[in-house]
Amino acid sequence: MKLSFSPEDERFREEVADWLKDNLTGDFEQLKYRGGPGDEHMYPEERKVWERVLAAGGWTCVGWPMEYGGRACSIEQQVIFFEEYARAGAPGRVGHIGEGLTGPTIIAFGSEEQKKKYLPGIVAGTELWCQGYSEPGAGSDLANVKTKARFDEARGKWLISGQKVWTSLAHESDFCFVIARTDPDSVAHKGLGFFLVKMHQPGILVRPIEQITGTSEFNEVFFDEAECDAEDIVGAPGDGWKVAMGLLGFERGVSTLGQQMAFQNEFDQVVLAARENGAAQDPVIRQRIARAHTELKIMRYNAMRMLSGQSGSDGGLQKEALIYKLYWASWHRSLGELAMDVLGPECEILSDGPYELSRLQSLYLFVRADTIYGGTNQIQRNIIAERGLGMPKEPRGTL
Amino acid sequence: MEFAFTEEQEMIRDTAASFLAEVSTSEAIRAVMATERGYDSELWNRICTEMYWQAIHVPEQFGGMGLGYVEVVATMEQMGRYLLCSPYFATVCLAANTLLLGGSDAQKTAWLRPMCDSALSAAVAFNGGVSDWSAKAVTATWQREGGDYVLNGEYRYVVDGHSAQLLIVAARELGSVGEAGISLFLLPAETAGVFRRWLPTMDQARKQAAVTLNDVRLAPSELLGEAGKGWQVLAKVLDLAAIALAAEQVGGCQQVLDRTVEYTSERVQFNRTIASFQAVKHKAADMMLQTEVARSAIYYAACVAQDALEGGMMAKELAEAASIAKSYCSDAYFAVAGDALQLFGGVGFTWEYDVHLYFKRAKSSEHLLGNGAFHRERLAKTLLD
Repeated sequence: MKLSFSPEDERFREEVADWLKDNLTGDFEQLKYRGGPGDEHMYPEERKVWERVLAAGGWTCVGWPMEYGGRACSIEQQVIFFEEYARAGAPGRVGHIGEGLTGPTIIAFGSEEQKKKYLPGIVAGTELWCQGYSEPGAGSDLANVKTKARFDEARGKWLISGQKVWTSLAHESDFCFVIARTDPDSVAHKGLGFFLVKMHQPGILVRPIEQITGTSEFNEVFFDEAECDAEDIVGAPGDGWKVAMGLLGFERGVSTLGQQMAFQNEFDQVVLAARENGAAQDPVIRQRIARAHTELKIMRYNAMRMLSGQSGSDGGLQKEALIYKLYWASWHRSLGELAMDVLGPECEILSDGPYELSRLQSLYLFVRADTIYGGTNQIQRNIIAERGLGMPKEPRGTL
Repeated sequence: MEFAFTEEQEMIRDTAASFLAEVSTSEAIRAVMATERGYDSELWNRICTEMYWQAIHVPEQFGGMGLGYVEVVATMEQMGRYLLCSPYFATVCLAANTLLLGGSDAQKTAWLRPMCDSALSAAVAFNGGVSDWSAKAVTATWQREGGDYVLNGEYRYVVDGHSAQLLIVAARELGSVGEAGISLFLLPAETAGVFRRWLPTMDQARKQAAVTLNDVRLAPSELLGEAGKGWQVLAKVLDLAAIALAAEQVGGCQQVLDRTVEYTSERVQFNRTIASFQAVKHKAADMMLQTEVARSAIYYAACVAQDALEGGMMAKELAEAASIAKSYCSDAYFAVAGDALQLFGGVGFTWEYDVHLYFKRAKSSEHLLGNGAFHRERLAKTLLD
């Protein structure tokens, strides 16, 4: 067991930090610490420009293999990159779904043609992606998707009809990956397909969802015979669930280390607020701040354990990986509550009317999403009990 | 960065686990916990001569194996899992660490060698009976008389203090306050003026003692380190010990979690195993989360401790890593053990089932060397003041 990085990795750290210091300047200065979860609606155009600058510097898709335009960085270097990125306060990435989800999925399951067609646009930061998974009737029960894909022989295209929901950045995206039912008589995880769909077409309507924060970064996406080229299905019809589950594995990658650095930035703001208004002298607040600090530090150690370890013998996630989502989501939600309790009655007062939230207020409200999306805390506990502890599976209902 | 056990470390852990599964059975624990000494001397001898755990991180020049603190932590985790009754924690994690950090070469040779070679047991007495585990805990006093040091005072919560052969005690210069004036002394337990008394405890599997020093006269050669600078040594020792204790807590978490999953998978009510109820599964999931998070905390702390013992750069992180590990693991173990007792239902409330042994250990370890709140306040000082 050792914790230190090699001298080569430390030089890499300097290189990343220097590049960010030199480039996150001028017009990009205003983007610092902006555009993360809960703040995705801010500066979308400027962040698109930033994405291309980042790409020009060779700092997109750093973990991808060289042959697909990546940097083939080791796990350690990816950790370093994401840490330095967040430490510098560089903005939330508009390209994160393409880089973190679409790309790895296409690399793992896609055809050569799909790789040629889609990977360069992701690496260049010019083509943005969104994710079409959840539906009004398929939230926790993700396999219950109703959206259908029918192959139209005359047009030689798949026609997709149905509704997706909670699609972040849909209005900014060029493409969407969609799970849809290729076999209309199928149920649950059988008979699904995984499609790569162009967003700018007549068959697609995007409607923003006004959230608890009064802002919108999630959307509803309506598909009415939206077209998808015959060769833009990943895997065969019926393979959709396998591809979709493979993709969920990519979500727990090294970017979690960067997420923690962003959490650290938020935590520092809470500490600052406590020192400014005197809450730092309240013994109960002191305990809560120290607890948040403790749990954030361990979150990092846990992620390091995750990244250093191999998968379990059954190919499944190790225990420290299984608990990770439940842990960070619960922590983040508590941080929001702590922020409000540090502010005291002042937590109620907005920056401006009609509903201009401060960063901490926005944090407090937005973190309520964390324990719901990507598998609610309740679903996470089922997964932990069933896969981590081998307890009996929940029975299917009969309704 | 390789934040996982090496193959050799895994082997040490697995060997410890299989040895303990055989020797530290429920019957064995119950037999020795009813005695005043609290451990089986024969088993302690076997550990010292066959397993060599007491020598793991002691440098080879003093008779040890020259391995690191990560190996100590890995072994402590297994001892917590099997609730081993032994003077290991007091002897190695407290006394040997004090000698390693504060002793002269002559003292190390004089005392570490017999620890490694002949199962010498030792204890460290420092807390005068206060719940604040900082330097304020040291209430016993010393003063010079002629060339000698004369010590007076009382200690409580001295782990294995009544049975140890060697005592290391902390005392402060008469009239001193805070971290100043504290000195450490080495003395054989039979030294004139030392009175030791077993304190019966709720957790019978780890024994505590009260030690009274009544005009104990010591030669300067028995001073450990520099006079008045003892706290600098003791503070580090307590951090190292807290990390080891946290590892023991993690082992306890794992054991009660495993036993709970096993029991709920057998116990049938309403024509189904109670493990199939979501209310039970979710509690078990929370137990696993706390256990894994606690484990991540101790592995990191173990690396820091090892680096600190080697005089590395991470030494400055030691206090923080110890407080993080001890506060999280203390709360986690008590919560997990409490949940286990609840999920075992009626039988968890009986003397016959082992759950209560772990439930009691969780509370005793929580308060030993500072509970969660104490360590969080220590962290809060560095964050907020």
